[in-house]
Amino acid sequence: MGIIKALKLGFDYLRYDDDGNVEEKYRAVDDVSLDVEAGEFIAILGHNGSGKSTLAKQINALLLPTEGTIWVDGMDTAKEAEVWRVRQKAGMVFQNPDNQIIGTVVEEDVGFGPENMGVPTDQIWERVNESLEKTRMTAYRNHSPNRLSGGQKQRVAIAGVMAMRPSCIVLDEPTAMLDPIGRREVIAAVKELNEKEGVTVILITHYMEEVLAADRCFVMDKGKIVMTGTPREIFSQVEKLKEYRLDVPQVTLLAHELKEAGLDIPDGILTSEELAGVLCQLK
Amino acid sequence: MLKDITIGQYYPADSYIHRLDPRTKLIGTLVFIISLFVFEGFFGYIWATIFLAAVIGISKVPFRYIVKGLKAIFVILVFTMVFNILLTPGEALWQWKFIRISREGLVLAVKMGARLIYLVMGSSIMTLTTTPNQLTDGLERLLRPLNRIHVPVHEIAMMMSIALRFIPILMEETDKIMKAQIARGADFESGNLIKKARNMVPLLVPLFISAFRRANDLAMAMEARCYHGGDSRTQMKPLRYRRGDMVAFFILFLYFGAVILFRRGGL
Amino acid sequence: MSIEVKDVSFVYSPGTAYEIRALDHINLSIPDGQFIGMIGHTGSGKSTLIQHLNALIRPTSGQILYNGEDVWAEGYDRRRLRSQVGLVFQYPEHQLFESDVLSDVCFGPMNQGLSREEAEVQAMKALRQVGFPESEVKRSPFELSGGQKKRVAIAGVLAMNPQILILDEPAAGLDPKGRDEILGQIALLHRERLITIILVSHSMEDMANYAQRMIVMNRGQVAMDGAPGDIFPRIEELEGMGLSAPQITYIMHELAKNGLVVQKDATTVLEARDSILEALGRSRRGRREKTC
Repeated sequence: MGIIKALKLGFDYLRYDDDGNVEEKYRAVDDVSLDVEAGEFIAILGHNGSGKSTLAKQINALLLPTEGTIWVDGMDTAKEAEVWRVRQKAGMVFQNPDNQIIGTVVEEDVGFGPENMGVPTDQIWERVNESLEKTRMTAYRNHSPNRLSGGQKQRVAIAGVMAMRPSCIVLDEPTAMLDPIGRREVIAAVKELNEKEGVTVILITHYMEEVLAADRCFVMDKGKIVMTGTPREIFSQVEKLKEYRLDVPQVTLLAHELKEAGLDIPDGILTSEELAGVLCQLK
Repeated sequence: MLKDITIGQYYPADSYIHRLDPRTKLIGTLVFIISLFVFEGFFGYIWATIFLAAVIGISKVPFRYIVKGLKAIFVILVFTMVFNILLTPGEALWQWKFIRISREGLVLAVKMGARLIYLVMGSSIMTLTTTPNQLTDGLERLLRPLNRIHVPVHEIAMMMSIALRFIPILMEETDKIMKAQIARGADFESGNLIKKARNMVPLLVPLFISAFRRANDLAMAMEARCYHGGDSRTQMKPLRYRRGDMVAFFILFLYFGAVILFRRGGL
Repeated sequence: MSIEVKDVSFVYSPGTAYEIRALDHINLSIPDGQFIGMIGHTGSGKSTLIQHLNALIRPTSGQILYNGEDVWAEGYDRRRLRSQVGLVFQYPEHQLFESDVLSDVCFGPMNQGLSREEAEVQAMKALRQVGFPESEVKRSPFELSGGQKKRVAIAGVLAMNPQILILDEPAAGLDPKGRDEILGQIALLHRERLITIILVSHSMEDMANYAQRMIVMNRGQVAMDGAPGDIFPRIEELEGMGLSAPQITYIMHELAKNGLVVQKDATTVLEARDSILEALGRSRRGRREKTC
């Protein structure tokens, strides 16, 4: 079994009327099964409202499945006794950088997780130093979070999760509120953690360029996983992605257009170098 | 920019006073304030002045920052002094119709004024040399015994420190919302009080919704990082009394002892 | 109906340790009917600049002229100006406050002095123009999806009948489809209502697809001002400002480096496709057009 495994997972959002009776049921996650190996970089794609955030919150036991089971490192998240260990194993980074930083000083925020876990003081410092180093935020350790850029705030949030020594990080649209520089900064940090530290990464996004770094992608629509594969396999299906309200990187789109126009070009071109190489052979 | 507003008025510097444990500073301030109402005679004032001047000197905080705090109480100060001058009976120094200034009144006014000024300066020194976070920590530790009578001390302290972090963010947000509504022709300035209050609705509704949203997000983020109240929680920066604090307590003890002696001796 | 920015500078918290010169002697002219894209990294001064255009911020020095009149002259009606130069901020959450969509959109027109009935006529028109479904106007704005909220926010400004519409990152936080829909709607507004659009965005691809003129801000100054096709090939300069050219530009440069004779100033996927087909000696199937 992998580090994260879900079997026939389902989640309903319930809406209650004034008397507390269930008025409306909305199925956000529907029959999702997946198995993630330790050390993998997984991207979950989907338009707003496709259920990807709901799925993410179930990995961290912030939401418990209505149906099916999800295991983190072999622990069933629905078991109350395991909740804190699940949350320590699978750390979570959220979308809004302002709403997840608790400390008024960067290093204190990074120490928040270990404090809650009851780690002894000297070890907290060790962990904080290490996490700040890994996210390259050491220079900002005494800054107020309010004076950092969006990308830096997200790196602080990542450092805060790393200080809990998780084996897996779930990032729920960490770049949605950032500018292009911040976006690159965050993705680079995540990639580095995955490669150097071997942390399993589950990145939820709708920016297609960010997916290229992933080993595997899942595309979600209406609560279901509708496509699975490597980025190349996913991006070779331009028309299908459009159906799911997603787009593809412009290079891939251009390659697709050229192919439609009758050129002999393979599917799933991901970089401009690749496209240039193919076109030069056609010359 | 509003982002730059710091809550409290911490003056960053590296001094003996800055390095003291916040609990020492809280207790010290309390003792100093009490002392102001214990002594009566002239020597007491001189003694307190020496003490305060020494603390200010050691703290490396420029004097003008300390005086700044007095602006806020200026009106109160003038009021107390005027009332004391006019309403204290005694030997008249000057009289015009029913307004009379007595010698005793003048003395009392000066004394009261000095006490108020010292009180504000004393507490300013504390807030200028202690970050709001350290203050919260210090209060949490000092008030911990209240836990026994079921006062949620940890929770209150946590709320205070979160408020400290979010006040600048919400101020900035207020500014943005105001601009967005002004761009739609909203008017936050003219009209009488009732109209003004009604005009605030377009500002307050988005602000409250946003604040609730943030609270919700934050609660989730805290849970995701294993926060489950104050039990079995360790601290990254636990408060520890050091030698400097011992020295400070000793000096404080000497100071207060002298104050009591002055009072006994009627100085 | 034009805006002139004359030598405008703006300094935040002057005289303190936090003094920041956000705008540094800006000169700009914004004539009628253009679709202008404004780009620059965070802190380049673009947000400060757009807030000057409808007099939300008073310049530290310099003048803003609307139709030749100084908007900070004594007695100038700045509330009227703000309905002529509409500004839509990034987050709709910052302006939605009424219990239903229609009332919220009526807020602007009623501030202009219209009766509720007259305002509703304006509001319905604006909602139609942003493609908001008529059947939903009685819903609470807080229950809507991100894309719908954004439409309501734009309608809220549009209902005041502005001559110029400034939008600060209207696509932020939307998914790709939502982004295309909202930008397409703005392009439609520009064509049909003939209003001037100033679109602030971080996305070079959006600039390529929609803007006729681009203003690149950097360190409080206008670093570049011209047609997207002229600006994108200046890749190195753009990168020096923390920006990048659209992906297509990079591809075309890469191809040119490999000896393919393509138009380096192609900015959209379709332009690039046609140019490549031509370079390879294949027939062009589609017309050259801007994608939407």
